[in-house]
Order: sequence, then C-alpha cells, then structure tokens
Amino acid sequence: MKSFLFAAVTAAATAVAGVAFAGSHGNFKPAVIYDMGGKFDKSFNEGVYNGIKRFTDETGVEVMEFEVTNEAQREQAMRRMVQRGATVVLGVGFGQADAINAVAGDNPDVMFSIIDVNWLNQPNLRQYAFKEHEGSYLVGMIAANFSKSGTVGFVGGMDIPLIRAFECGYKQGAKAANGDIRLLGNMTGTTPAAWNDPAKGAELTRSQIDRGADVVYQAAGGTGVGVIQAAADAGKYSIGVDSNQNHMAPGSVLTSMLKRVDVAAYNTLKDAMDGNFDAGVYNLGLAENGVGWALDENNAALISDDMKAAVEAAAAGIISGDIVVHDYRADNTCPVE
Amino acid sequence: MNDLAFQLLLALDASIRLAAPLMLCAMAGIFSERSGIVDISLEGKLLASAFVAAAVTAATGSVWVGLGAAMLSSMMLSVVHGFATITHRGDQVVSGLAINMLATGFTIVVGHAVFARGGQTPALTDNQRFGPITLPFADQLNAVPVLGPIYKELLSGHSLLVYMALIAVPMTAFVLYRSRFGLRLRAVGEVPEAVDTAGISVFWLRYRALMFGGLLCGIAGAYLSTASGAGFVREMSAGKGYIALAAVIFGNWQPFRALGACFMFGFLEAMTARLEGVDFPVVGVLPTQLMQALPYLLTVLLLAGFIGRPTPPAAIGQPYVK
Repeated sequence: MKSFLFAAVTAAATAVAGVAFAGSHGNFKPAVIYDMGGKFDKSFNEGVYNGIKRFTDETGVEVMEFEVTNEAQREQAMRRMVQRGATVVLGVGFGQADAINAVAGDNPDVMFSIIDVNWLNQPNLRQYAFKEHEGSYLVGMIAANFSKSGTVGFVGGMDIPLIRAFECGYKQGAKAANGDIRLLGNMTGTTPAAWNDPAKGAELTRSQIDRGADVVYQAAGGTGVGVIQAAADAGKYSIGVDSNQNHMAPGSVLTSMLKRVDVAAYNTLKDAMDGNFDAGVYNLGLAENGVGWALDENNAALISDDMKAAVEAAAAGIISGDIVVHDYRADNTCPVE
Repeated sequence: MNDLAFQLLLALDASIRLAAPLMLCAMAGIFSERSGIVDISLEGKLLASAFVAAAVTAATGSVWVGLGAAMLSSMMLSVVHGFATITHRGDQVVSGLAINMLATGFTIVVGHAVFARGGQTPALTDNQRFGPITLPFADQLNAVPVLGPIYKELLSGHSLLVYMALIAVPMTAFVLYRSRFGLRLRAVGEVPEAVDTAGISVFWLRYRALMFGGLLCGIAGAYLSTASGAGFVREMSAGKGYIALAAVIFGNWQPFRALGACFMFGFLEAMTARLEGVDFPVVGVLPTQLMQALPYLLTVLLLAGFIGRPTPPAAIGQPYVK
C-alpha cells in the first residue's frame, strides 16, 4: 500500500498539472496557518515565518496569520481565513493535511498550499514534500567524519516513517563516510507528546553518550532542544534540524540539516501573486536546493576543509544521480542498521 | 571493572537522574494523600513550576530566584486545590484535574504572550542552571576498585536538586513517623473526627500538608527546566506527576517503598533507552513500541500480581464535614 502510494505520488510529481489561477494584485490576500510549535519555535515553523517575512519585505504585501495552539483549531482557522477573503492559504506541517483537504475541497476558487504533505489530491492544492533523506545523508557524513569515538547517534521524535527517513538517510551517510562506524538510534515515543519531551530527549542523548557516541543528530521538534543541551553539557556534539540551529549551543552544534521550508513558503505566495500558481506535488531535494546543511560562524571551526570537500562531492553525486540515497518511506525498510 | 558492569553503573546513574523528579513528586503525594486529600494535581504543579522556574530565571538571571518562585507558584496551586476541596468540600479528583488543565493552558498562553517562542522560554545559560556537583575526592577515589567508580559515577556529579530529592525521602519519613505534626497528619487521613475532637484544626492540618507537597513539587519542576533541561518546553512534565502518583500507590503510601518504586520506574526508563535497537539472542531486535510500553506493562503486572492489596488512608477522598 505504502509503496503504491509513493509510486502514485512520484507519478503525480512528474506531471505537475492542474488549474492555473489568475492572480491580480488588487485583491490578493495571502494567509498562513502556523502549526502547534508556533512561529518562533526555532525550527520548522520559524523557517516558514522567515519565508513569509522575506515575501512581505520584498513585496510589501501583508500576510494574515494564525498560530494554532490545539489540533481542533486548524480547520476552523483555515475556514476563517477564507471567510476573511484570503485568496491563497498556506498550511504548515502534515498535521494540517486533513483540515486543508476538507477546506480546499469546499473552496475551489481559493488557492491552497501545504508543506510536508504529498498524498492529497485537490485541483487547487499545491503540496511540498522534502527529500529529508538526502540532507540527512550529508550530515551523516559530517558526523562520521568528525567522530573520534567511531560511534554516532540519532534521536527521533515520534516513531513515524518521516522520522525514520531522517534516521535512515543519516545512517547511510555515516556508513558511506566510515564503513566501521557504530550507529545508535532512539525514538522518543510513539505519540505526538514525543515532539515536546526535552527531558526524555536529553536522557536518550546521555544514554547514547554513555554508550560511546560523540555526535548525536536529532529530528524531534521541541524534544531536540534537550538533545542539543545534553550534548553541550557533556562536551559532545549535536546536529540540528529543519532551521539552522547552530546558534543554540555555539561550538557544540556540529551543523544543522536544513529543510528549506522558507523557500516553499516564499514560492507559494510569490507564484500566487504573479499568477503562476499551479497545483500538484513539489518534491524538493538537494537538486532543488530544498535541503542542505548549515555552515556559519558558529560551526566554522568544527568543519575542516576535508570534511567540507567530502560533503560537497557527495552532494554533487546525489544531484547527478551517482549516489542514490534510499528513502525509508519507499518501502519502510532501511538498508543500513 | 568490565564494560558490562560499567554500562550497568551508568544505567543506575541515569536511574537516579530520572527518578529525582518522581521522588519529589511522590513525597508531595504522600504528604497530601496521607492527610486525606487525593492529589492528581501533582502533574499540573510540576508543569507550572517548571514554567515559572525557567521564566523567572530567564527574567532575573538567578536560578535561586527561579527556584523560589517555582516553589511559591506550586504552593499557590496547592492552596487553590485546598480551597476547592477542603474549604468548599469539592470533589478532589475533579479539582486536581482542573489544576492540571489550568497548568497546561496557562503555561502555553503566558509563554506565547511573554516570550513569543511557541510556548518555550529562552534557553538558559550554564550559570543560570543547577549544574553538576562533584562530591569531594570523587576523582582521587576513582582508583579504588569497585567502590571508587560507584562513588564517582553513581553518587557524584548530580545537580543539587537531585541531592535535595534524595534527602526529601528520609525527611518525609522522619516528619511522618517521628514528629508530632506527622502523627496528627496521619491521624487526619485516617480518622479526622478524632483529630477534631482533640481540638486540632482538620482544615489547617490538611492545608499545611498540601502546601508542603506544593513546595516539593516546586523543586521537582525547577529540576526539569533549570537542572536537567535549560528552559521550558510546553507539556515538558510529560506525565511524570502521574507516574509519581503511581509510585505512591505502589509504595503503599510509605516514603521508602515509594522511593523504591520511583527507582524502578527510573531504571526501566534508563534501560528502555539503552536496549532500543539492541539485537537480543533468539528474539532479535524488539520494536520501539514494545520497548516503550515495557515500563507500563511491568507496572500493570506488578500491581496485579506481586504487590499486596494496597491500604490507602481510610479517610482519603472524603471532605471533612464538622
């Protein structure tokens, strides 16, 4: 079933079709619905906010926004935005998939877009998905190259295929950089509460450090704060996710796996404004600049030139197709344990 | 010392860290429940005080002020619980649940309004937290076989609040069994009429018991956000208050037995983290879901089969009417 879905999705992605919307600046009213983390979550939602901010700065168009604080508000908020005359509504995160599917179906004249979703089918809905496994592969290489103990770890949030894809890409990258690397992996939990349990995240990190890990990558939302903290407390290293989190513990965050949700947010609004909006699925990977890794003044001293060269070579290989990173979501298995 | 034993030692060390907030909350629960008040609001007090500790520490820069504010806020919630259940004889479970919901909503709303970080508080720097304390001679004694590493890894290197949690248990036992206040407290949970007849205020005794519990919960909250973590994240208590309550019942409302239960929960969680993805002989790698359900499965099994019939305080849950 899963692989069928995936096949269907890729087929849809290659044939991005759909309804073209006439955009006119006069009645153009964009809206964005941030998800539970809130727009300043230092991670996923803040990435979207950065894209929105860039759009507003460049065009001067104000964007209506809403931050949901519980799950029941998602659909209400979207309907409210449509009532207030929004012409394009951007939903953030897979949690809003059901809500946007329903609201988009009821409002065929309004443009909708959602990030981290690729399985819906509405003629007026654009969907953005990311090849997180590709970005994770690169930070996995960095982790393995940097590690002195020969053991690197991963802490995931909720145990879902998306997070397994992060883990699997990371492990493939680490294995590629060092065939003898020892890999540890923990999931925080199996319910949404796993996104907000920094104490558990810290404990999992400490348990991995106890077992010899000196670099721990996290894809765990608010739980990741605990991972970064625990690694810094122990004098070890962590890897951030989604937004650039290098600044959260300068000198201890080795790098961050960037997911350019800001690009997705910016492009949605820009295309809608210019009349270039089309529905369909956009899968953003390294080639589309949708994922990447962060290098700034906070981690410049940690990344050697050799590491940088190796990662850039791997990135080029992935883009050219010489290196194929297996996506866990394709068949729910990972070639590396 | 071989590697396996050393790993076990580190797992025990982790158990102490994980059990510390449970111990404080469990002792709070014992105070409250021994006085006859059901206290499921441990969870809410833990969450609220974690938020207050992080927020006040971030605002003032002093972790001690944060700790004080956390204890105060948690005590205030205890007074609210007391006002509803002691003074107005409301249902104790309902009042406790209300406090838990209040804490969840309040921390997020205020966090959003004040810090605008999606309910998180700003990250605290190292000098705004309770750091690890190295006990005297820990490094020198490390060479002593067996006992040296146990002293260094297991006992030394925890934050001050962990040691406070460890002290809270004998202190609770002492107050409960060796002081006049403790005698009256136990009496008021069993036969409040007798205490009243002796001319001692049932209300005031129960209020004091609740406030004492609030104080301990406040320390546990501060531990979560300013010692173990470095800032507040929404819903960061993650059910620890309920686990502590389970430990109270497990421990049959006795401090040292509850301590044992807290350690068991801590140890199981530490082992869950360490055994995930490990290839066991015969069965292979166990699924994450099973590993994470294990502490709870064991709780059910132990409660059902191995722990005798619990004997709660006789007057628990009943409001006292003069």
